[in-house]
Amino acid sequence: MSTLSATAPDKQRTPIRPARILLHTFLVVTALAWLAPLLWAVFAALRPYSETSNKGYVSWPDKLNFDNFTNAFQQSDMLHYFGNTLIIAVPAVLLTLLLSSMVAFYVSRFDFRLNIALLLVFTAGNLLPQQVIITPLYRMYLLIDLPGITASGKLYDSALGLVLIHVAFQSGFCAFVLSNYMRMLPHELTEAALVDGASVWRMYWQIVLPLCRPAMAALATLLSIWIYNDFFWAIVLISTGENMPITSALNNLSGQYFTDPNLVAAGALLTAIPTLIVYFVLQRQFVSGLTLGANKG
Amino acid sequence: MSIDTSPKSPEAAAVPPPGHAPVKRVPQGHKRLLTRRDRITLAFMAGVPTVLHVALVWVTAIASIFLAFTSWDGIGFDSIKWVGLDNFKQLFTDNPQFWPALQHNIIWFVVLILIPTPLGLFLAVQLDKKIRFSRVYQTAFFLPVVMSLAVTGFVWQLIYNPDTGLINSLIGANKPGHYIDWIGNPHLNLWAVLIAASWRHTGYMMILYLAGLKGVDPSLREASALDGANEWQTFKNVIFPTLRPTNTVVLVVTIIEALRAFDLVFVFNKGAQGTELLSILITNNIIGESSRIGYGSAIAVVLLVISLAVIIPYLIATFRKERQA
Repeated sequence: MSTLSATAPDKQRTPIRPARILLHTFLVVTALAWLAPLLWAVFAALRPYSETSNKGYVSWPDKLNFDNFTNAFQQSDMLHYFGNTLIIAVPAVLLTLLLSSMVAFYVSRFDFRLNIALLLVFTAGNLLPQQVIITPLYRMYLLIDLPGITASGKLYDSALGLVLIHVAFQSGFCAFVLSNYMRMLPHELTEAALVDGASVWRMYWQIVLPLCRPAMAALATLLSIWIYNDFFWAIVLISTGENMPITSALNNLSGQYFTDPNLVAAGALLTAIPTLIVYFVLQRQFVSGLTLGANKG
Repeated sequence: MSIDTSPKSPEAAAVPPPGHAPVKRVPQGHKRLLTRRDRITLAFMAGVPTVLHVALVWVTAIASIFLAFTSWDGIGFDSIKWVGLDNFKQLFTDNPQFWPALQHNIIWFVVLILIPTPLGLFLAVQLDKKIRFSRVYQTAFFLPVVMSLAVTGFVWQLIYNPDTGLINSLIGANKPGHYIDWIGNPHLNLWAVLIAASWRHTGYMMILYLAGLKGVDPSLREASALDGANEWQTFKNVIFPTLRPTNTVVLVVTIIEALRAFDLVFVFNKGAQGTELLSILITNNIIGESSRIGYGSAIAVVLLVISLAVIIPYLIATFRKERQA
């Protein structure tokens, strides 16, 4: 990201001024305030329920351990729900990237009359609130029979149903971002390939897609976190608690343990861990993915 | 209606009428070289994603509009009855939750645009100053954006819970007789949720503005400093005006977030009295005991109209700019 010239590093280290100290103080205090709710959750999750119910939550801890975490993990069979999420998120991310890159390729490389209209349809669709379409979607999912394909025999209450709606919804955003990205690639690239007799598919698969790797990586990170974090689709389109992905399952799990806030805190934090790992490892991708779409607007 | 026409459109476009002259020269060269197989491939590449997207997003959106004028029990298609504006009449006059919900959506937007958005901009401006540990601060502010809203809801419940929550424990309001019910009290709960929503929104806005600020030409800033402008003047007169594209995105994102608000409230108190939202009414109508498809669709149409009133002008402006570029 940094486009500093060779002389810039000298300038970067400004001498310490009172204004800077003030700024850092402000930022440290604000950052801690921002982390406070999370730290409070960690603190609660680390304390045994018996202790907090005796001494109250605002008290010096006698014991800190991971019991709540292990209990939440085992008692509510979280591994199973993580598995559910994986079954939904992995195909959804891959399919979204594949389909949206195909549309983007078409729209950006072949200047047919419909391309702007097509892109508009995709982008606008992605901006709609999910609840606008949920009533007919729910009915549609109940009406589509898929005996033998999904366990429920319908699109409703199946992982396939969730994958499809994720792909349909998210491909709007991805198609928009990728088409902008592809438009920046020189036209000569594909032109030369075409002259050489390469098929359209080869152009897409072997020339354009590999060049889009940075954008695809950013989008993959973003999509993984979004789909992992999805709550709404699964709450409405999945009826069997067993089939819920982890984020939505949390709602049921917390109902089970509502009497023990420490356990709920541990469960919620466990759910957040995968997203936090992805975020810390791929922070650059995540942020650039988020701003890729926004910057162009 | 759209299911049938849309997959054809790319195909039709792939074989333009002979007399038609494309706007740009380069793609014309592309087209001439396309074989029959290439054209089929292209139709497939554009068609499959479009069919999926249109079928699940636009057909359902249009079905929402259609169903809003009907009454249907969801069992057979022949039981769909046309009822005209009945659903809307009932919604606007009989439903005690509708106007509060609409009002809460508006409040949601106003609060987000007035508090976390400027705060996010302020943080972005500070963090853009090439200060040390900028990354660490950014990570802290942005962390809530990465976590799911469901998790956010649970985390904030630990703060608001009347018996065990942080606030009541601190101020001694967790004893019977002194309770402050942040989650149940209809005068308080919307504001409590909005604090959690703002907590998240600030980081999101900060990231968007940071990206916008990176695009500001540094020489503008230098020129302004040479002219003797102080920091605030530089920001007000030079930086902020160049952030216009970012401001547009921020405005649209904030409106959409306010219309989409759902998870946090659902986890908090299922949208009980005080926190009704349009999205919650629609969802409760589906998963509740007495599902009324036409009625739920009427609420969805209200949400759709508001959304499109924002989305369409925004996209037209965006794409017009792009076509010029």
